[in-house]
Amino acid sequence: MSVLLYFDALSSPLGPAERNLVAVGQRLATDGELAAVLGTAPAADVLAELGSLGVPAVFTDQEELSDQLARGQADLLVGAVRAATAQAVLAPVTPAETEVLARAAAVTESGIITGADAVEADLTASKPVLAGAARSVVRAGTPTVMITLRPGAAEPEVTGGDPALVLHPESAARRGATITARTVHEQGNRPDLGDARTVVAGGRGTDGDFSAVQDLADALDAAVGASRVATDSGWVEHDLQVGQTGRIVSPELYIAAGISGAVQHVAGMRTAGTIVAVNTDEDAPLLEMADLGIVGRLQDVLPQAADEIRRRRQGA
Amino acid sequence: MSKTSAPPVRILVLAKYVPDAQFPRHFDAQHRLERTESILSELDEYAVEVALQLSEEHGGDKESPVTVLTLGGEAASAAVKKALQMGATDGVHVLDDAVAGSDALATSRVLESAVRRLEPDLVITGMASTDAETGVIPSMLAARLGWPQLTLAASVQLSEDATTISAQRDEDGVSLSMTSQLPAVVSVTDQVGEPRYPNFKSILAARKKPVQTLSLADLGLSPDLVGPTGSAVTVLQAGDVPARPAGRVIVDDGEAGLALVDFLADRKLL
Repeated sequence: MSVLLYFDALSSPLGPAERNLVAVGQRLATDGELAAVLGTAPAADVLAELGSLGVPAVFTDQEELSDQLARGQADLLVGAVRAATAQAVLAPVTPAETEVLARAAAVTESGIITGADAVEADLTASKPVLAGAARSVVRAGTPTVMITLRPGAAEPEVTGGDPALVLHPESAARRGATITARTVHEQGNRPDLGDARTVVAGGRGTDGDFSAVQDLADALDAAVGASRVATDSGWVEHDLQVGQTGRIVSPELYIAAGISGAVQHVAGMRTAGTIVAVNTDEDAPLLEMADLGIVGRLQDVLPQAADEIRRRRQGA
Repeated sequence: MSKTSAPPVRILVLAKYVPDAQFPRHFDAQHRLERTESILSELDEYAVEVALQLSEEHGGDKESPVTVLTLGGEAASAAVKKALQMGATDGVHVLDDAVAGSDALATSRVLESAVRRLEPDLVITGMASTDAETGVIPSMLAARLGWPQLTLAASVQLSEDATTISAQRDEDGVSLSMTSQLPAVVSVTDQVGEPRYPNFKSILAARKKPVQTLSLADLGLSPDLVGPTGSAVTVLQAGDVPARPAGRVIVDDGEAGLALVDFLADRKLL
């Protein structure tokens, strides 16, 4: 089977979600028919790393696509699908990469499956649906199938090949919407919400003061998340929102402080390994769902826990 | 605030009729979602709101009508009705039994035909449906039409001469500004502003607003191109995930923070 991996951009070394995707590609591809398609021209160290992971070729556009939204990237992907006679196209489940696959799927009349967490050799895919309350198993019957994958922990095999060869497929030079400005937000030193093994999230119960949430997050080396109430109120940046209209996270540990557990929020974190909830309202839905529920004030519980963690680490 | 001097713009809003996420949702024997207790998708209300605001800035519904389009069985007309109550000008309901069970590929095909027939300058959608949650329809529709997409917009502006659309989008750690000429497909997030509530007057007014019903034949589409035959993706299994096992709930006695750390240590999460 010929398999393409699509990324808007790659930097070396590859992150865990990207390594997982390469591992799934290695498993599905036969006869070494595995290639990457990159929306951004790769640096030499990316080509070397991909080559060493058994990805012998990379398709990129001859033109710069970074000022385009989805259209140029999708046209590149369509060209690569045709050049490689791809049967499967895999990409991370980010909104931007999903849009590129969606456009390419419409142009090539291919089935598209979003948010899969497992893909079989025959491209049967499993995915959470209904905000994580149910699961489905789906299969697409088209010559090419496009699948976006949730982050996983599979590790690719190091095969030790030469640096990947850069190829430019033929693609229509059409333009879509133009990106006229990019404003980067200050992220600080905390881990990214999407990759973090631990997330400490705050909601209405913080009353706008996230210091206790941030302090426990730092003690646990965790990312900070928030409910929609907290981001809509402007207490923290919108990109920290966990939920159906924000980020979907699946950390080993999720600590929800002062978050009641609306359907919209639970959709973003229900697959977490261990859930801890702290809330003054004993009827909060998240307290019922949590592995450990604490009825109490987060302003008391979180600082005590953070101090205790630091004390134990110092003593160790 | 309406500027009658501004050139008109015709806006089409896509509205999906979905099961209310506040109630338990279930699949039937064909692995299709049971559509009882259904409503206009909450995320589509934001699309209606933005459409109404842009219309108001361009002469209101006489000059710049907002048409709401839905696809689905008889009951889906409730989604159109809600949008009309919010203030949309008229409605279109693509109603054909053959459409049931369409995947995103087939759905985008029907939407493309409807857009080509209705010829709007601007299509506005929600960021995703609250049932299938794929978020791919705006992109697929834009690709089929050959139009630019300004998707996942947190704010939208239409130029005074109604030729250029601009939008802002938030990604992880970065905000993008984007722009294109019309026609275009725009999808909006829940950050664009609270959707208005229908009031008594607008509810009464909605009863007099026209709703056109179109069949696949009206759109020039063969039934083979939609429904299970026209779809690429087949659902083999679908079912509820078992509930998480019940956990432990404690009341803070002044030492719950320590209990939390003990719990994390037990689970080797420190």
